[in-house]
Amino acid sequence: MKRNTMSYKIRQYLMFAGPATILFCGVVVIPLVYGFYLTFTSWDGISKSKPFVGITNYIAAFGDGAFWVAMGRTLIYSAIAVILVNVMAFLLAYMVTRGIKGQNFFRAGFFIPNLIGGIVLGYVWKFVFNSAFVAIGENLNIGFLKNSWLGTPSGAMACMIIVAVWQYAGYMMLIYVAGFMSVSKSLIEAAQIDGCTQSQATWKVIVPLMRSSFVQCIFLTITRCFMVYDVNLTLTEGGPFNSSVMAAMHVYRTAFTEHAYGTGQAEALILFIVCAIVGVTQVYIGRKGEVSA
Amino acid sequence: MYELENAQAARRRKIVNVIMWVVLLVLFIAFIFPFIMALINAFKANTDINRFPLALIGPRKGFITSNFPTAMEKMNFWGVFGNSVIITVSATVLTLLFSGMCAFVVTRNNWVACRLIFALMIASMVIPFQVLMIPIVSIYGGTLNVLNHRLTLILMHTGFSVSMATFMYSGAIKTNIPLELEEAALIDGCTRWQTYWKVVYPLLGPTTATVAIIDAMAFWNDYLLPSLVLTNKPLYTIPIATQIFYGSMGGSDMGCVLAALILAMLPILILYLVMQKYIVEGVTSGAVKG
Repeated sequence: MKRNTMSYKIRQYLMFAGPATILFCGVVVIPLVYGFYLTFTSWDGISKSKPFVGITNYIAAFGDGAFWVAMGRTLIYSAIAVILVNVMAFLLAYMVTRGIKGQNFFRAGFFIPNLIGGIVLGYVWKFVFNSAFVAIGENLNIGFLKNSWLGTPSGAMACMIIVAVWQYAGYMMLIYVAGFMSVSKSLIEAAQIDGCTQSQATWKVIVPLMRSSFVQCIFLTITRCFMVYDVNLTLTEGGPFNSSVMAAMHVYRTAFTEHAYGTGQAEALILFIVCAIVGVTQVYIGRKGEVSA
Repeated sequence: MYELENAQAARRRKIVNVIMWVVLLVLFIAFIFPFIMALINAFKANTDINRFPLALIGPRKGFITSNFPTAMEKMNFWGVFGNSVIITVSATVLTLLFSGMCAFVVTRNNWVACRLIFALMIASMVIPFQVLMIPIVSIYGGTLNVLNHRLTLILMHTGFSVSMATFMYSGAIKTNIPLELEEAALIDGCTRWQTYWKVVYPLLGPTTATVAIIDAMAFWNDYLLPSLVLTNKPLYTIPIATQIFYGSMGGSDMGCVLAALILAMLPILILYLVMQKYIVEGVTSGAVKG
């Protein structure tokens, strides 16, 4: 068989990678390029014509105060949520890798929120915040629980963060658990022979070796928090008074509710670039000091 | 002396473990608290839900199950469940088929097209869906007018997931499949196609399981893409139907809404009970490789 001819290569490629290539290009490559083109038009979503308007959309996006407010809100939300998610996940992972009775049960249990989609989670929590917490507040006479947190702007943001921690901690815990397990027992024994206590061994040997787990978990939480939409939609609907509209929801509304597709796409690109800069910087800083055994 | 210290350390460790066990239990209860609230209130009448959301059984109307049939009827549960199953299963199978094949040719050949598509796929993994959703609606809704077909959504799901899956398959082929094995198959007269399906693919089982679990969960729970593609009521998936149902009730019939939420969660929770070990393993290995 001639394996070096062009026609052989083309046939081989199409046979194996053809379907994947077509579908991948159809939903990722072409829309990405086309989306970039859309930002230079003022398409309204209905008409056939897409008038070319130059950089007007970018000017509109940079001048859209609500967008930057949503962006700032997303940054604050992400910063707090990323820290809390990772602290929680790390503590959980630490506790379920010590050989405690039933630790596999706990691992499986903490992961449950990840199985369920953001839409359903948001509604379940909405009920908890609106009814259950209020009832607890009334029964036990706890003042700050008596009114639904979802009714106030800062309360709604707190609710979003609580749900994020609850939703992602179990998933990140699994990655930290894998990190704990990957540190070889002999290193810990060596440290203990050298006179380390249990907690010293944890902080001075295991944690530095788990650096890549931290980098990975923080990257995953940053990207997820930045792009939050489902929970935002069902838990707060952006309310009260648009005080919890995150960037992704603002993009959706600009494009599909206000029919400003070009501006919406320009804002989506800006959101992506901000998210990518934050994520990549984090990975770069995190990787720089990485140690290996 | 050393023995004594050891015994002391062991006792202290035991106490710490007990404290941690209690902490874990408290956290665990906090983690499943929302589910418990949804579950107990789904079996109550609305007056009981409004007045006594914390009661295990409604004090006035007692334990009722009528919320479930009502919710099932109103959200057309079996219809949307069927849609979700068809879409999740088809998209997962297509992803497994196409990405495995793609990974094989891309990993084993150093052709320009192979390097290009693989680099594009890796780069694309950082692109969030929000950047692509507007052009996708514009292309497939406007010009081509193929929205509102299950097949469209299935192919789109597949297109979004092939990059990650190809990456994972490629890693598995590189590390787990010796080249000698493929050469032996070639000598025995296998074509590349036969080599892949008869020799390579059967050895990729663990990766197939991981990819299947990660993608099936993502497809089942996805909301944004399906809500943009499927706007016809008979085509709704579970997340869309849940959202529309909640919107139509407007919080007026909480019992029905909670029953609907329980119904929406139930299929995946049952699957988790049965396949818990594989799911946890699959998600961990997928996350660590990705």
